[in-house]
Amino acid sequence: MKALLLSLALALSAMTAAHAVEPGERLANPVLEARARVISSELRCLVCQNESIDESGADLAHDIRMLVRERLVAGDTNAQTIQAVVNRYGQFVLLKPPVEPATYLLWFGPPGLVALGLVGTAFWLRRRYVSPVAVAPLNAEERRRLERLLQDNEG
Amino acid sequence: MKRIFFILPLVLFFVLVGYFVISLQPGHDTHVLPSAMLEKPAPAFDLPGLDNSGPLTMAGLKGHVVVINFFASWCVPCRIEHPLLLRLAQENHLPLYGIAYKDTPANIKRLLDTFGDPYRRIGMDQEGHAGLNFGVYGVPETYVIDANGIIRKRFVGPLTPETVDKELMPLLKQLEPST
Repeated sequence: MKALLLSLALALSAMTAAHAVEPGERLANPVLEARARVISSELRCLVCQNESIDESGADLAHDIRMLVRERLVAGDTNAQTIQAVVNRYGQFVLLKPPVEPATYLLWFGPPGLVALGLVGTAFWLRRRYVSPVAVAPLNAEERRRLERLLQDNEG
Repeated sequence: MKRIFFILPLVLFFVLVGYFVISLQPGHDTHVLPSAMLEKPAPAFDLPGLDNSGPLTMAGLKGHVVVINFFASWCVPCRIEHPLLLRLAQENHLPLYGIAYKDTPANIKRLLDTFGDPYRRIGMDQEGHAGLNFGVYGVPETYVIDANGIIRKRFVGPLTPETVDKELMPLLKQLEPST
């Protein structure tokens, strides 16, 4: 029983730690390798579009991982390395899109819609509780009628 | 003024509906990405040729309008466009050059012996470096490069008679009016 549980736990932990970076790809320099891992987690695999190249087992992801490591070994900064990939594959390769005019709608659209909804709700609530039309007092005829109705009701 | 609170959500709703309708149209493939390399100089490459033919280099192709086709023997959609490429090469004298992406000379030779060879010359990109520099993310991909070495057009996926008639041939005519 214990052995079964242990093997299950091991199998599950192996699953969660599943990274596609193959042993042969890793750089000898641990600092560069750590930077490569950070960059890889921010780049989209274009074949399996919702995975980063760090997670993906696709051939293309492997190629881009190697490109990232080549650039780092050549002395590029993280930003230069990412730019080298963007130059080839376009901004779509970035899992987190940059804030710039073309992506304003993407970044500010949802909060904008929420704000619009809040403003709309505020207007609606104000109109509901504060009636804009002042209530005119009853005139003599209406008061008499009201009293009659109340009396009828009691009787 | 008050009406805007009723009209605005309605307008936004229809904008959204319009967007979805366009996205759901047949033929609108969300996997086709805009190319970052369009209107930019084609990346340099120097690939060994197939057999004893000389190397295929970007520098060597400059000065002419060329069509570069990334293909592989293991690529299924490439088989679909292959007869079309053959016809274009024979009938329209398409200046077609092949880059064999992640493939071996033996496999490429067998492919061309079986189905015919539409390419003027072939470069072997066994490691996929040339493909990486072009931003290729799946074969086949086809690039039109003008005489100055600028990428003018990229076709992702197999060429079809429609894309050839409507896009490829008009572009080639425009780039090289004499032919």
